[in-house]
Amino acid sequence: MSTSPALARPFDETRRRGGFLSSLLSSDLPRSRALSLILFAILLLLAATPFLFSGSQPVGTAAKICVFIVLVASYDLLLGYSGIVSFAHTMFFGIGGYGIAIALERVSPTWGSVAIGLAAALALSAVLAIAIGLLSLRVRAIFFSMITLAVASAAAVLASQLSDITGGEDGLSFQLPPSLRPAFRLLSEPVLGTMINGRLLAYYLVFFVSLAVFLALLRIVNSPFGRVLQAIRENEFRAEALGYRVVAYRTAASVISALAATIAGALLALWLRYNGPDTTLSFSIMVDILLMVVIGGMGTMYGAVIGAALFVLAQSYLQVLMGAGSAALAGIPLLPNLIHPDRWLLWLGALFIISVYAFPGGIVGRLRQVKTIKAKRET
Amino acid sequence: MSDMAAQSSAQTELPRAKTDWLPLLLIPALALLALPFVGSPSTWVTLTVAGLAMGMMIFLMASGLTLVFGLMDIINFGHGVFISLGAYATLLVLGPLAGWAQADSLGLNLGLLGLCILTAMGVTGIVGAVFERVIVRPVYGSHLKQILVTMGGLIVTEQLIHAIWGASPIPIPLPQSLRGAFVLGDIVMERYRVVAVIIGLVVFIGMQLLLNRTRIGLLIRAGVENPEMVEALGYRIRRLFVSVFIAGSALAGLGGVMWAFYRQTLTAGMGMEVMVLVFIVIIIGGLGSVGGCFVGSILVALVANYVGFIEPKLALISNILVMALVLIWRPQGLFPVARR
Repeated sequence: MSTSPALARPFDETRRRGGFLSSLLSSDLPRSRALSLILFAILLLLAATPFLFSGSQPVGTAAKICVFIVLVASYDLLLGYSGIVSFAHTMFFGIGGYGIAIALERVSPTWGSVAIGLAAALALSAVLAIAIGLLSLRVRAIFFSMITLAVASAAAVLASQLSDITGGEDGLSFQLPPSLRPAFRLLSEPVLGTMINGRLLAYYLVFFVSLAVFLALLRIVNSPFGRVLQAIRENEFRAEALGYRVVAYRTAASVISALAATIAGALLALWLRYNGPDTTLSFSIMVDILLMVVIGGMGTMYGAVIGAALFVLAQSYLQVLMGAGSAALAGIPLLPNLIHPDRWLLWLGALFIISVYAFPGGIVGRLRQVKTIKAKRET
Repeated sequence: MSDMAAQSSAQTELPRAKTDWLPLLLIPALALLALPFVGSPSTWVTLTVAGLAMGMMIFLMASGLTLVFGLMDIINFGHGVFISLGAYATLLVLGPLAGWAQADSLGLNLGLLGLCILTAMGVTGIVGAVFERVIVRPVYGSHLKQILVTMGGLIVTEQLIHAIWGASPIPIPLPQSLRGAFVLGDIVMERYRVVAVIIGLVVFIGMQLLLNRTRIGLLIRAGVENPEMVEALGYRIRRLFVSVFIAGSALAGLGGVMWAFYRQTLTAGMGMEVMVLVFIVIIIGGLGSVGGCFVGSILVALVANYVGFIEPKLALISNILVMALVLIWRPQGLFPVARR
């Protein structure tokens, strides 16, 4: 008696379908046609931005999206997959930025110092993440949130006070290695009307490193390790009873996530050629990350892509729209204030609250749900 | 038979719960320890009074949060916005009664402060009730969602403050007779800090009396220990929850007024800035413990003041150090609350 194919399918469907794409995405496919299309469009746009758009703003926005995808995905590893709320994520982001900035500014603008700065930053992040994890994850998960908030604010104060090392409030501007400078030409002729210069190389460095880190994170959450994290998230007590050391797993998750955030910080610093408290360490960035994770979809790596892309685009372009709306409503009391361009966070905040209540899976969860509902109707 | 047993047990006094004196002794021990390092006794008194005042203000802001957590097991990351809101509510009073602040009469000045506090507590109480109903109620029981949703509430309310009062910082003057300092020989004590110490002490004693000597306090303490049992005895624990949340928000408003007059400028982010200290304090004190919150506030403020005087660079991370030391000594905080 052989099992009918129809019965066997649900179990190993994704793995059996296999193929290159599936192994690249760690068998965690988008599972929704609309989602696949959106993700593919984002990937294509990000890959081709320097050739599609002229001027520096679109490329800057694209680079920011790449960096934030990594940052938000790494945060999702903690929040969505492990069920831990950390407020120290910007601290690790900042450590990455300062690692690059200090090495390039104080030592020399070469690839060697990039490596030294990144390595030092990664080491510091790992040590801090282990220390915080062991001190606070041992007690109650809720301590972790409050303690990380305190530690992160101390880190921000330290960075702005130790101006001999970090440049204080002004931050550090620095020179990149020669091959990433705008004056550098890889080819003497422009390709498709775009000069292949150091700036373009810097963009593709950000793009490909971000892509690699994102795929690595996707690999991690779909590994047995990632499954244990989700088990702990669902029922800590049961996971412990099954023999998994909850504290060790949680600490490991927070270290991995800290390391990815450090890389994101380093990429942002390389792209901006600057690092300061406001670009990487401020609490408002932490709030932005939270908004991106939850609106995009907690517990799905693809949510990070959607959330980051949507948020950074809104940050750059929604304000223009709101400015027009506010001007149109001038004269009515309070209303123009509510859609004043500076109040865009108000609306994203409201969307955030609604997301937590109404669709905990965020946009990605919503898109996948639509698919399952349709599939149910067809059967 | 069982009646008799009940009667006799009612007559024999229950053994009193032992008071845990050790954390309380920390404060005088710390103060004495700092004396030789500070050097001159007059500077030491000035530092100590300033630290006490700071501690009282932190306590006012933190007490509501710890009470809400203790009773409802709700961690309100949006608590900071009630501090800001209380601070901005003073504008409702300071606008029409600007003359009272300028008048050189202690009575009028204190009356103004009192009115500010009452208005702020009223406003934050009402907003707290709405906040509980709209934001918090659907997520009882899930810490993760509470943290997320209250952060969302924080963002939205902070933006609303911007929309109503504008985004730029607003200066507020301290009433005339509360400016300046008392000078006793070499000892200098700012007047406003003395007022803050008095208000803080009054609120602390009031809360202790309410919690330990009244029926409502009994119910609240019982609710902290075991809410199901209180409900089974026929009390509406929901109503108790809501009133404690409102009281907690109003206390944050009170703390916000004191903090605003101390800083003399209003910004919508001021509550969130001080929340870091507030969280440190309630972790040190033990989540849910009002007494622990009091001791923790004073401890943190005194250490910050002494360290700031002796070794300014170290002051930035002194709070974290105090927290780490306390958690190594007592992982659940100074006064652990039994149930959790």
